[in-house]
Amino acid sequence: MEDQVLLQVKDLHKWFELRKWGFIHIGFVRAVDGVDFDIHYGEAVTFVGESGCGKSTLARTILGLYQPTRGEILFEGKRLQRLGRWYRSQVGYIQQDPYGALPPFMNVRRILLEPMVINHWGSKAKREKRIREVLEEVKLTPVEDFIGKFPHMLSGGQQQRLVIARSIVLNPKLLVADEPVSMLDASVRVEILQLLEGVQKAHNLGVAYITHDLSTVRYFSERIFVMYAAKLVEKAPVQELIRNPLHPYTQALLDAIPDPDPENAHKFKEVPPGEPPSLLRPPLGCRFHPRCKHKIEGLCDKEVPKEFEPGPGHYVSCWLYK
Amino acid sequence: MRKVLPVLRELTRYKSALGGLIILSFIVGLAIYAVITIPYGEAVRLWRGGEEMWRYNPVNAKPVWVNYFTPQKLPKTLILTSMEDAEIREEPLGKTSKKVFITYTFDYQADVPPSELAIVYKPKFKKKGPLVSVTWTTPDGREIKFGRMSIKSVSGSGSFWYPISLDKQLIKQFGDQKVEEGFFNDPHDERKVLKGKHRVEITAYLFEPGAWIETELVIYGTVHGLAGTDHRRRDIMIALLWGTPVALSFGLAAALGTMITSIIIAALGAWFGGWADSLVQRLTEIRMVIPTLPILIMVGMFFSKSIWTILATLLILNIIESSIKSYRAIFLQEKHAPYIEAAKSYGARNLRIVFRYLIPKIVPMLVPAFVLAVPGYVFLEAALSVLGLGDPVLPTWGKLLSDAQGKGALFQGHYYWVLEPAFMLMLTGFGFTMIGHALDRIFNPKLREI
Repeated sequence: MEDQVLLQVKDLHKWFELRKWGFIHIGFVRAVDGVDFDIHYGEAVTFVGESGCGKSTLARTILGLYQPTRGEILFEGKRLQRLGRWYRSQVGYIQQDPYGALPPFMNVRRILLEPMVINHWGSKAKREKRIREVLEEVKLTPVEDFIGKFPHMLSGGQQQRLVIARSIVLNPKLLVADEPVSMLDASVRVEILQLLEGVQKAHNLGVAYITHDLSTVRYFSERIFVMYAAKLVEKAPVQELIRNPLHPYTQALLDAIPDPDPENAHKFKEVPPGEPPSLLRPPLGCRFHPRCKHKIEGLCDKEVPKEFEPGPGHYVSCWLYK
Repeated sequence: MRKVLPVLRELTRYKSALGGLIILSFIVGLAIYAVITIPYGEAVRLWRGGEEMWRYNPVNAKPVWVNYFTPQKLPKTLILTSMEDAEIREEPLGKTSKKVFITYTFDYQADVPPSELAIVYKPKFKKKGPLVSVTWTTPDGREIKFGRMSIKSVSGSGSFWYPISLDKQLIKQFGDQKVEEGFFNDPHDERKVLKGKHRVEITAYLFEPGAWIETELVIYGTVHGLAGTDHRRRDIMIALLWGTPVALSFGLAAALGTMITSIIIAALGAWFGGWADSLVQRLTEIRMVIPTLPILIMVGMFFSKSIWTILATLLILNIIESSIKSYRAIFLQEKHAPYIEAAKSYGARNLRIVFRYLIPKIVPMLVPAFVLAVPGYVFLEAALSVLGLGDPVLPTWGKLLSDAQGKGALFQGHYYWVLEPAFMLMLTGFGFTMIGHALDRIFNPKLREI
């Protein structure tokens, strides 16, 4: 079961058309531009990247909220476009802002009931039982205290627990968590991440965990995908990537993690110059080359790097490793 | 209901809302009372009724309670019938004829003379009607003889009205005094009523065997009922009572109809977008520069003044009103809320999102707006009536105002005629506004009092 592929993404593109005055075509924002990866049953995968690199668009495309411009997504070997509503019950979605993610006019019971009603899941009694089950699972106990409450009566951490409860209420096989803890207090982040890990282990869920914060990665994910300017530049198991980052961007990203060492006060950290490129007109060749200190003239700025596998299970898209 | 009760409980914390609730329940109670006691058909019949129906009411009488506020005592209408209030004496006259004396005595203690006097003759005869005459003895002993006439025909109801106040002989006799004043005022101080016992003797000659006569003496007061009467002797109370359900149902129907429809249109437009949305937007913009009242007046003049037509026109006009733009703006913002995205992610279809996720979000904002919109429509209906475009059959507050204005009520000092419907209108507006503002505070946390 472990090495069977749950979700396979092949050459996925999601471009948004930009228009002037509603009809004059200006160009495309290439939010996701040729992404390949797979997630196995019960495997947690982290997508790391800075703001605006296309992480959230990728999440929404995986969820089927956006139609891919090109490429395909296979869920259990079947194409997503053909799956329709059934697929909705197979993926859970955990959003960044827990308060915004909960309809303010519904109480806890109604919030959890909605997905089941919409997907015609179970009988009335079975639904009630399931509501109590998931509330206990996310530790919103005693259940009776919470079941009639409205989202604004809950704390941020409790709200996010409720969002998690809603995402698993239909027994999905895959969870997409888009920065689930970035809006929470530092004090409850760890709790929520541990809860998420517990849920993932208990149900053997595949998880696509999207974050810009590398410090939260080690909690439960097995592999890290590093995303830069709409492309995945490096894919590797967590320990391997942290110990041995290969792509210059990954190296810069890891360097940027603050390390509480007093000696650092006198050290100068090297930061890649410039800013991430515009996704409207990305640079030719490797998208990182304008900022890269190892740039190979005539290659990196001309040709898009292929994916190389310098170590087992460690993939990197960089000409340095050809 | 579970959601309504806490709101009601919270409402009672605000004194103004409590007042509003009391006013509103009074008005609603009045409306229910009106509909139950005077059925619709009866109300319409009474209000359109001709002279026959309201004959025993005085013209433009003030309400009875005016007596509590004036030092003068104003008289109520006195109806004396020969069967109950008179002494009857018969004298045979030859073989077939007889002479009948009908004598009324009554004590008059009011400070102003009556507004009118009349005698109703109800004779029974075959060919030759009775010959009647009246002798009126005032408290100071003056004897006035008048009204000698022979009754040749009677109306359908078998009665013959003799309006004493219009008797030419009496008018001549009393000179610059009115007829009533002539009977009731002190001859030595013409501004004062001579209080005391009056005696009115009607003498009737009956010329057929088996002929008979009944009479009624009507001394019209200057006060009548709780609301007074209008120029056609109609009891204003009927219009005041029936105006309540009409105003309430019109206001509620118009406010509810426009609000619900425009919200649904705004939500569907914001969610689906496309040409239909654009069309509604353009129509709204055109509508925003067209004034409402002239269109309603035109519909009323050329098409129909029925309250249903006016309501329908108003609905069509106000559905695509500027409020649709503000609703749409809220929906456009709400459309991208994370919880909507979440609903899509677990498979909610478009219509479910519109009706269960988009619209409920703004319902709290609408409740106060709705309550505050009701009196606007109530006033509009009254305004149309004042302009002469009210429903021709329904007795309403606006109709009263329209009649009062047409008859120059304020010039002639019939303040009650204008003030009563105006008071009802203001009371309605006041009740709804007080509740509306309290609801606004409850649903809009920024205004909430602690």
